[in-house]
Amino acid sequence: MNRSGLFVGLVTMVVGFTLAVVSRFGGVPVLLLDAVAWLAGFAGLAHDRASAYPYVLLAWYVATVVGVFIVLRACQNLDARRNRGVRLLAHPASRALIALLLVLLLGVLFDADGAFYKVQTHRDGLRQASVFGILACGMTLVIITGGIDLAVGSVLALAAVAFARMSIHWSWSPWLAVPLCLALGAACGGVSGTLAARFKVQPFIATLAMMVFARGLAKTVSGGMKVSTAVQNADGTYRYVEVPDVFRAIDSRLLADNVSMVTVVFLVCAALSWIALARHRWGRELYAIGGNEEAARLSGVLVDRAKVLAYAAAGLLAAVAGICQAAQEQQGDPEAGGGYELSAIAIVVIGGTNLMGGRGGIGLTLIGTLTIGYLEKILSINAVPESRRLMLTGIIIVAAVLTQRRSRT
Amino acid sequence: MTGIAKRFGSVLVLDGVDLEVFTGEVHVLAGENGAGKSTLVKILAGVHTDFEGTLEIDGRPVRPDSPLAANALGVAMIYQELSLVPSMRVADNIFLGRSPTSRAGLIDDRAQRAEARRLLEPLGIEVDVDRLVEQLPIGTRQLIEIAKALSYRAKVIVMDEPTSALSAPEVERLFGLIARLKAQGRGIVYITHRMEEIDAIADRITVLRDGRFVGSAPAAELPTPRLVEWMVGREVAQQFPRHEARPGAERLRVEEFVVTGGARSARPLVDRVGFSVRAGEILGIGGLQGSGASAMLMGLAGAYGDRARGRVWLDGRPVCIRRPRDAIDRGMAMLTNDRKATGLVLSMSVVANATLADLRRLAPGGWRRPRREREATSRLSEALHLRAASLEMEVGELSGGNQQKVALAKWLQTDPRILLLDEPTRGVDVGAKREIYQLMNEWTLRGIAIILITSEMPELLAMSDRILVLHRGRAIAELSRGQATAQRVLEAAMGKQVVV
Repeated sequence: MNRSGLFVGLVTMVVGFTLAVVSRFGGVPVLLLDAVAWLAGFAGLAHDRASAYPYVLLAWYVATVVGVFIVLRACQNLDARRNRGVRLLAHPASRALIALLLVLLLGVLFDADGAFYKVQTHRDGLRQASVFGILACGMTLVIITGGIDLAVGSVLALAAVAFARMSIHWSWSPWLAVPLCLALGAACGGVSGTLAARFKVQPFIATLAMMVFARGLAKTVSGGMKVSTAVQNADGTYRYVEVPDVFRAIDSRLLADNVSMVTVVFLVCAALSWIALARHRWGRELYAIGGNEEAARLSGVLVDRAKVLAYAAAGLLAAVAGICQAAQEQQGDPEAGGGYELSAIAIVVIGGTNLMGGRGGIGLTLIGTLTIGYLEKILSINAVPESRRLMLTGIIIVAAVLTQRRSRT
Repeated sequence: MTGIAKRFGSVLVLDGVDLEVFTGEVHVLAGENGAGKSTLVKILAGVHTDFEGTLEIDGRPVRPDSPLAANALGVAMIYQELSLVPSMRVADNIFLGRSPTSRAGLIDDRAQRAEARRLLEPLGIEVDVDRLVEQLPIGTRQLIEIAKALSYRAKVIVMDEPTSALSAPEVERLFGLIARLKAQGRGIVYITHRMEEIDAIADRITVLRDGRFVGSAPAAELPTPRLVEWMVGREVAQQFPRHEARPGAERLRVEEFVVTGGARSARPLVDRVGFSVRAGEILGIGGLQGSGASAMLMGLAGAYGDRARGRVWLDGRPVCIRRPRDAIDRGMAMLTNDRKATGLVLSMSVVANATLADLRRLAPGGWRRPRREREATSRLSEALHLRAASLEMEVGELSGGNQQKVALAKWLQTDPRILLLDEPTRGVDVGAKREIYQLMNEWTLRGIAIILITSEMPELLAMSDRILVLHRGRAIAELSRGQATAQRVLEAAMGKQVVV
């Protein structure tokens, strides 16, 4: 059963991939295009060869993806210890990479008249993904302990609003404003972490409360409006002030305009989180807590402290994301970051970090960020409406989790 | 039940056991831990369905294939862990899954409550059927559990150590109820580790040992010494390599040690126990289930925080241990009795587990040194003869014996002055067991003091230099190596004062 599943999957994958590449770079037989156009005509989707072409290509692509999916599922049930190839495939990092490669293949097939090959497409895609990636790094720390942090989106808004207030309205030095905003974010995380660890409130509830509270605080700080360069005078009129230098600095580009500053910030956050998880005692403690909290406690791990620090770190990274967001938008929007926490969770899950805790890592989250970021970018350069994008993201999350789940516990 | 045999994997846990229960009698099932008592009654109750032998009820051969089928046949089981839903009312619990319904398919609450009262009343259980179960003391819950069993019109009621969590008055009430059930002509199978209970209620006794049927006799014909002899057997295999002890200075002294139970437990788990251990000595702790031995060691190691109180001296200095970290920092290491639940992080590598308790020293300033960790782990794995394909593999993929060695490695890495070992050889094959005994000898030679809990009597007798016997949380006897016999330890463990 597994062997035959593996075979079916491999055939589907190879055939689908070959046809997709041949169709893309060689062309599709006109007869097939006519047939598809004729069939699609009934659904009101396409009427001529040109509009049938993407559907043919998409069909081959879907076949490839389904093939890969079947192969991965079949490999799950094989004995990983016996076969090196299977063991390699069973590694979460290779699965995350396969997902990324499939997304990139989608970009190659649908390159939007070569837009996919332009540097600025990648630069912008990475810039847009970076804010989510920063949130996902913090989320990874919390999820590894077996918890969850729903508050990061609201904390992002709070930090964005506070940063905009301090920098634009009060003209504070960034050397003061940035640390203060980071401390604010860390404090929010610390509070929900303390509730979860010390007072044994379920992380879902504790951070849900913080999510609502921080959103309210953001609206309070901003007075319910966007904090922008249009500053209200005492008499109700508006004057426009300069965009602070720090905003321009964060929104700038490096390396001959090829990399966004925000992407660099993301990579630095990812590196720091990686160091904490892989090279510091605290990271080891987080894995131990997520794997078996009682065993960790009995082994002398100060569980409460390690957990509070994890939530505080998630809050701090959310504040970093908030500062970046404010700089990019040149304003502090109290409504910013709504639903971002769910995107961050999706990135972590697609990367392959286990929601039950104890397994995963920043490397996986990095790959997950690229996967989601590129998917969004490729869909948007192909002018796929947001409605379809959301539906697709839902399907991808399920598919990713289904291939990651281990049959052995 | 005749000729019952049952295997778990390749291990034969029951071999040709007979059990006959008459109406209106209390039939006590006795034997040491692991003798197969629980397995036997689980077969009767339809929990284990793949067994050999025959089962007859009222002369008709039956074979219950589920607990529900056993209920229908008139067998009800009261488990050690209660099977009530704490957040539901008493009446709802009694009729869980089979509530009387009105014509519309909704639960007929009035009928259900009336029925519940009708069940509880003749049993002398005075409880409001509208109360939530979680508000009731544990003793009352047990009685409700029995009422629930009766609602199945049970002919045979199995009770597996029903008194383990009960206080003395609660036990009295339970015995009163048992007497009433007897009078109604029901048969009761009663598993207990306590001599006074056997004296109080047993009509007939069946003894199991190592999964085998030893004998069955009316209680009057089986005086305590005979009973214990049946339980222990005569031969104790000498396969344990304990050297002569050379104890040094006093390492640990404990006085008036108390561990209170959870919020709903009526009695403390450990009740004013005192003892001392010397360097290089192995102190064995004897006791049957519910003796509080594990709770005492966990309490000493700081696992219970403020619930454990008492005066503790380590190397002559008073110490205060509030959390496991304190114990580890003072050179105390505690191997828990369940490596999967409390000992190891199965999703982490061998290295990560072996170094977890000692990361403070291995990672100065918090910065880990992977090479140092690997070196330390490979040293330990050599010393413990750990067989793992790689030190980076997940502990969950190792065999039970090797997992246990990883758990031991974790504690050895902390350079303990005193090792608390709770069932160090549980679920470990014979070869690995011997290795662990050898290691215990080595450690004592190095001056480490060991406190050993084991439910295997031969192991306890052979490895211990002294044995402290606990019964219901109290220290009831302390026997030197020369004084300790299986008979004496078991009698003490069952609550008899031992005269040496």
